[in-house]
Amino acid sequence: MCRIGAIKSRNYIHPSQALLLMQSQQKGHDNSGFAMVMHDLGGIFEGYKHLPTLSMACTDEGLKIAEDILHAAGFQRVLQWVPETENRPGLDIIAMPNYVFETFDYPRPYKKASKEEKEELLLDIRLTLRALEEDEKGFVYSFWPDVVTLKEIGDPRDIGTYFKLWEPDDNFTARVITAQCRQNTNYDIVRYAAHPFFLQGYTALANGENTFYLKNVEMQRELHRGYIGFESDSQCFLYSLHYVHRELKWPLIYYKHVITPLSFEDIEMRDDREQLLAIRQSLAHLEINGPNTIIGVLPDNSLFTCCDAKKLRPVVVGRTEDTVVVSSEVCGINEILPGRNWETDIYPDEREIVFIGDNLEVQRWKQ
Amino acid sequence: MEAMRVNDVTPNDLPWKIRYDASRCTLCGSCVAACSFRAIEPKVERRRLVWSESDYPEPKQRFSAVPVIRQARSIQNYCRGCGICEKICPNDAIKPERNPDTRHPIITRCLGGDSIKRGGRKNLESNTRTLDKIRVGRISQMTDPSLDAQRHTFDMLAPFGRILSPKQLPFQVDENGKLKTVGQSPPVRWIYPVIIGDMSIGALSWRMWEAVAMATAYLNEECGLPVRMCSGEGGMPLRLLKSRYLKYSILQIASGHFGWNRIVKAMPHMVEDPAGVLIKIGQGAKPGDGGLLMAQKVAEHIQAIRGVPKADLLSPPNHQGLYSIEESVQKMFLSFNAAFKFRVPVAIKVAASATSVSVFNNLVRDPYNIVGGFFLDGIDGGTGAAHEVSLDHTGHPIVSKLRDCYLAAVAQGRQGQIPLWAAGGLGKTGDLAADAFKMMCLGANGVFTGKLILQMAGCVGNDMGRCNACNTGLCPVGITTQEPQLAHRLDPEKAAQNIVNYFLAMDQEFKKLMAPIGNSSLPVGRSDALVATDKAAAERLQIQYVC
Repeated sequence: MCRIGAIKSRNYIHPSQALLLMQSQQKGHDNSGFAMVMHDLGGIFEGYKHLPTLSMACTDEGLKIAEDILHAAGFQRVLQWVPETENRPGLDIIAMPNYVFETFDYPRPYKKASKEEKEELLLDIRLTLRALEEDEKGFVYSFWPDVVTLKEIGDPRDIGTYFKLWEPDDNFTARVITAQCRQNTNYDIVRYAAHPFFLQGYTALANGENTFYLKNVEMQRELHRGYIGFESDSQCFLYSLHYVHRELKWPLIYYKHVITPLSFEDIEMRDDREQLLAIRQSLAHLEINGPNTIIGVLPDNSLFTCCDAKKLRPVVVGRTEDTVVVSSEVCGINEILPGRNWETDIYPDEREIVFIGDNLEVQRWKQ
Repeated sequence: MEAMRVNDVTPNDLPWKIRYDASRCTLCGSCVAACSFRAIEPKVERRRLVWSESDYPEPKQRFSAVPVIRQARSIQNYCRGCGICEKICPNDAIKPERNPDTRHPIITRCLGGDSIKRGGRKNLESNTRTLDKIRVGRISQMTDPSLDAQRHTFDMLAPFGRILSPKQLPFQVDENGKLKTVGQSPPVRWIYPVIIGDMSIGALSWRMWEAVAMATAYLNEECGLPVRMCSGEGGMPLRLLKSRYLKYSILQIASGHFGWNRIVKAMPHMVEDPAGVLIKIGQGAKPGDGGLLMAQKVAEHIQAIRGVPKADLLSPPNHQGLYSIEESVQKMFLSFNAAFKFRVPVAIKVAASATSVSVFNNLVRDPYNIVGGFFLDGIDGGTGAAHEVSLDHTGHPIVSKLRDCYLAAVAQGRQGQIPLWAAGGLGKTGDLAADAFKMMCLGANGVFTGKLILQMAGCVGNDMGRCNACNTGLCPVGITTQEPQLAHRLDPEKAAQNIVNYFLAMDQEFKKLMAPIGNSSLPVGRSDALVATDKAAAERLQIQYVC
């Protein structure tokens, strides 16, 4: 099983916190991988929040191809950060030769472009770069302002050691970090396939199994050019989130109505039955089934979690004044928020979204 | 001795032979009275008894006239093998036996100079049904747990009506962050995924039709299953049209337009909208042919409902004036949508065909969003009357065609926009839940069934040539007849009860199929849940082959 976690804080936090959060849940996953997405970056990236950062694992050749593509498109590199690695013998990690975090300025013609135009450009470039995956020259996990992503195959503890993530520093921090430990098990091991997945400001990760995977995939393929890959059923959760919130521009609560619609019986009792029924009809193929807990991050860096309609997978939300942690198991929260009042922990039910906005107020939205 | 005339019809030429045991017969006459086909008749035979009472042969003889039962030797009154004689005989003295040496298909044509007509469905079984080579093979276990069919809740409804793509939904976000509707959407009804198929009040006896209507109302009002029945061509009794039970009925219009005059006239008096309108273009049992109601079944009440004299009622093969799919969409569907002020979904029923996907594509791309369902009927569908050559040799199996249509929708990202309803031999083995479930996994939103409903009520016909006499008006169990004495053999309440019970059993069985794959709503399009033990079927349907 996967274990998932997320930290959102008023302060910049280091990925070592995410490793700690996941390490204590180690019995629940299989030590086959570690992946994290960081939003709202601090440290060396803090001054470049408005410019897109490329997160990529690649070979030398892949790096050159990627940079050529970006330069040809008119992007100019303004920052490069290559994490220091420590390749001790005996580490359980199948590392790529290069890990690159590069921030770029937009091409000149885009300097005055609208936000939407820039966002479409970034997606197009990322889709172009994803062609590198074919012969494993490189994996572009994200290319977006104020977001970095790291994914690796191996034991999360060793991955932490390799990237020296166990040693906190001020250079590599963020206010929102989501993390998951495990490689994909449903299908082949694919470096890209570990969640969290990222698309145009949205991040999603999930603990579970989506038995409507095929239905979701068949629908999503035709919905948006960015909905590709499908190496893991968790991508379906991300694409539905992106579709409902960004493409349809519906408020987040309707994401819950799409993926786990109320029963027809319950819909009939609602004032908004007309809308809920129409949603259930038109988006029937984005419904999910099976046991799932989802954690998502929106482009404004707000964080949320919700579960499947039968609450077959657990999740806990714990908090202090300046930090909220979402985790599959409460032991993870105990690890990094040992002094919190655990009586205020929230165990979300099957019919709610727990939403954490930028002021860290934790809201429970009844579906 | 008489000269033998080889062309005389004898029981050996007929599909069934009567096995009669004179020694058990009490001559009560029940079998002769009960045989609706007059296929047996009383006869007096001359018998000779020879005996000898001395030590050496000294034959004596006696002649006597003995009453017996004899099989009619006629291609009009031939035995259909219905077995009513056997059912009624108190002494097990008589029964029909299948005659493997029958010359019936040949002599009927030779003597009649006319095509053979019958009811039922395709009688040519060559191999195992495709659906029986498919299993629900993806079982949830461990991390993805199965559900509990008894304890969990399941949401088992299917849409009937045109569904808009998400981006077409007329929604705006209001100041409270809620979606509000700012325009029109087509009507959609969520109903039970098994519709009682279109069997007209002319094809069925009034008592059978009443039983179906009664069962439908009971399933809705007492059992909480929103089952809908389709009227079939030919209208409905005025009393039902004006009643609140109309909401459980889908009104059908077919190429004969029978009954629509009465329906239109009843509109101002309707207290409920019908559940839908189904425009029948074609039928799986007799594709390319219209409805056929023989004059012998056009009883007085049928004449009244349809507004016709007692005559063979032949619906044309095509809707007159229907020039193209575009025309059908624009004129026909629009007018029926408009008739009920766009409150009632209008769907189309076509026979499965090599061209079904093109037809479906045309409809699914129609810009008016007024086709509310694609009812696809396969070759194994039943009928009250058709030419045997159509029944046995024309048509297209439903399974792959339904799958083709679903995948065509998927390729365009339009799955679910026109709900797919499939029929044609589903439930042929008696197990409709399994067939329906597999069809849903292959892409059907729901299924419809007709023949099986009759079998629930007591129809003795089968697909090996038994009975299949729905066209004659002489249905031995009172289901497809308008003869009062035959219709009264059917107890409508008992028939309704059987239908209700079957649906309740099927409902349980659906849950028993959904629970192991861990789904609480219908697995429409979940072909990953299926495996096939036949390689060709697996490849054709794009599901996993297993062995």
